Amino acid sequence: MVPVLIGTTLLIYLAVFALPGDPIRTLGGDKPMPPAVYQALRHHYHLDEPLIVQYGQYLWGLLHGDFGETLNGQPVSDVMKTDWAVTARLAVTAWIFELVVGIGLGVWAGRRKGGVVDTLVLSGTTLVIAIPVFVLAYSAQLLFGLKLGWFPTAGTDDGWPYSYLLPGIVLGSASLAYIARLTRTSLVENFRADYVRTAVAKGLSRRRVLVRHTLRNSLVPVITYLGVDLGSLMAGTIVIEGIFNLPGIGGQIFTAIQIKDGPTVVGIATLLVLVYLFANLVVDILYGVLDPRIRYE
Amino acid sequence: MSESTEVAATAQTGAVVSGASASLWSDAWRELYRRVTFWVAVVILLFMGLLATVPSLFTSLGPNGRCDVRQAKLRPASWNPFGGGPHPFGTDTHGCDYWAQMVHGTRAPIIVGFLVTGIALALAIGLGSLSGYYGRLLDTVLSRITDIFFGLPLLLGAVVILTAFPSHGVLTESFVLGLLWWPTMTRLMRGQVLSIRDADYVQAARMLGARDTRIMVRHILPNAVAPVFVYAMLNVGVVIGYEATLDYLGVGLQYPTVSWGLQLSQAQEIFTDYPYLLIYPAVFLTATVLSFLLLGDAVRDALDPKLR
Repeated sequence: MVPVLIGTTLLIYLAVFALPGDPIRTLGGDKPMPPAVYQALRHHYHLDEPLIVQYGQYLWGLLHGDFGETLNGQPVSDVMKTDWAVTARLAVTAWIFELVVGIGLGVWAGRRKGGVVDTLVLSGTTLVIAIPVFVLAYSAQLLFGLKLGWFPTAGTDDGWPYSYLLPGIVLGSASLAYIARLTRTSLVENFRADYVRTAVAKGLSRRRVLVRHTLRNSLVPVITYLGVDLGSLMAGTIVIEGIFNLPGIGGQIFTAIQIKDGPTVVGIATLLVLVYLFANLVVDILYGVLDPRIRYE
Repeated sequence: MSESTEVAATAQTGAVVSGASASLWSDAWRELYRRVTFWVAVVILLFMGLLATVPSLFTSLGPNGRCDVRQAKLRPASWNPFGGGPHPFGTDTHGCDYWAQMVHGTRAPIIVGFLVTGIALALAIGLGSLSGYYGRLLDTVLSRITDIFFGLPLLLGAVVILTAFPSHGVLTESFVLGLLWWPTMTRLMRGQVLSIRDADYVQAARMLGARDTRIMVRHILPNAVAPVFVYAMLNVGVVIGYEATLDYLGVGLQYPTVSWGLQLSQAQEIFTDYPYLLIYPAVFLTATVLSFLLLGDAVRDALDPKLR
């Protein structure tokens, strides 16, 4: 876990600081900056030291909970604190949606392979995967927001969950399709296993065979996917927040990349990677709950 | 040498056998032949391939050709594109014929889709084979590197790195996406190689004195590569969708290039009043991505007898 965190942040750090252009000169606007001020600012942001030393200092600060300072002089953690909640709510809405509806659709389709429901779910999910997420977002906004008026089209005025429903559904739709297909395939494979035949032969009800015997075993790959997906949902907010005008860190990081505000980009990216790693840790623990054969000594 | 060893090797790997025998691939082909979705996907992809390679068959205009700002945002005369008129698909915000732009917009996304998948596939086969076959330290190091790239959200990484690049051509975009795309495929390849490494026929080959490279290339690779190939095929479509998203965000391809993603990006501000600007390229894009997905699905089902 720790090597992954260090490696990934280093990767982003290198990429961001390889961005062309001088952020300090940009700060001065059109007027040339006095050399003394320029030097002082460069020193303040440690830009006069080798990249690897800068990175070391950054990591050291991170260990103490210090995310650094944006180029406007604001602590990065303050910037994140205000916008973090919006993105977290959005991602969690999407995540719950894909978890409940995705597994539900997968089970519904997997119960009878080759049936009408199965065919419909398979073709529907393929179509959803094929449509780019921003096209889906605009279409949903136009149809359900403007034409039908079911959901607010932009902003967070209506609070959670109402304001976050439509963006969350759009954000989670592609993953939902993957989860439904994964659940379905896994379920279909497991239905052929010997222990299922045994359970049926014992005279257990259809429902109990499905829920307690087959589903529990089929969910292992789905849980893995759900864990990995929380990270990509966070990154997906870059697109969604812009379209639905939500003031979250996805929009924040996109602006920061464009104005070359390195500390903000690395700070937010680090946070996203932390979320991803934490979700994976939870998944690892859940494995043991789902499958008692997996034990952590 | 030659003939008898060649036959023996062929019999061992079972890779080059063709004809009426029940090999994996001929079985798969027979299965595919009967699938309607397979043929639909193939026809759509052939059409898109034709658009990409010989656009002059479908339009007499060049890319961004004969655009007239006074003719900007002309709505199509009717929703039936065969209804005639000078611009059956309307014109875009710069007054370019929308049909011509869509025809020329086919090439870039398809090239990016194949290049990215090709780069990722090459890296995955190489690194996955090495790390699965040799194991130990090499495997540990390569797997940790894979983990690091896996921890980086793809969209975020692509946006950061693409912003850093001074040029935004098809090659740059493919290179950057390819560098970020390999971890999933590498893990898949490594798992495949691991499961085959200790098979009896591999042991037999080793005992006959085959070198590591020969075992990897002639014995393990042909038996390990099928699922990775299928994944790659599905993947081309996913890459094309990503390419469009990056174009839309403004960090992908740039103006003189014509692509569906850029057309969609142009349409975003005004699509409520001019929905056709969004719908037409989106339909082309979705049809292409969908065809790759259906093709991959069909091939996977055909190759995997467990799912039948």
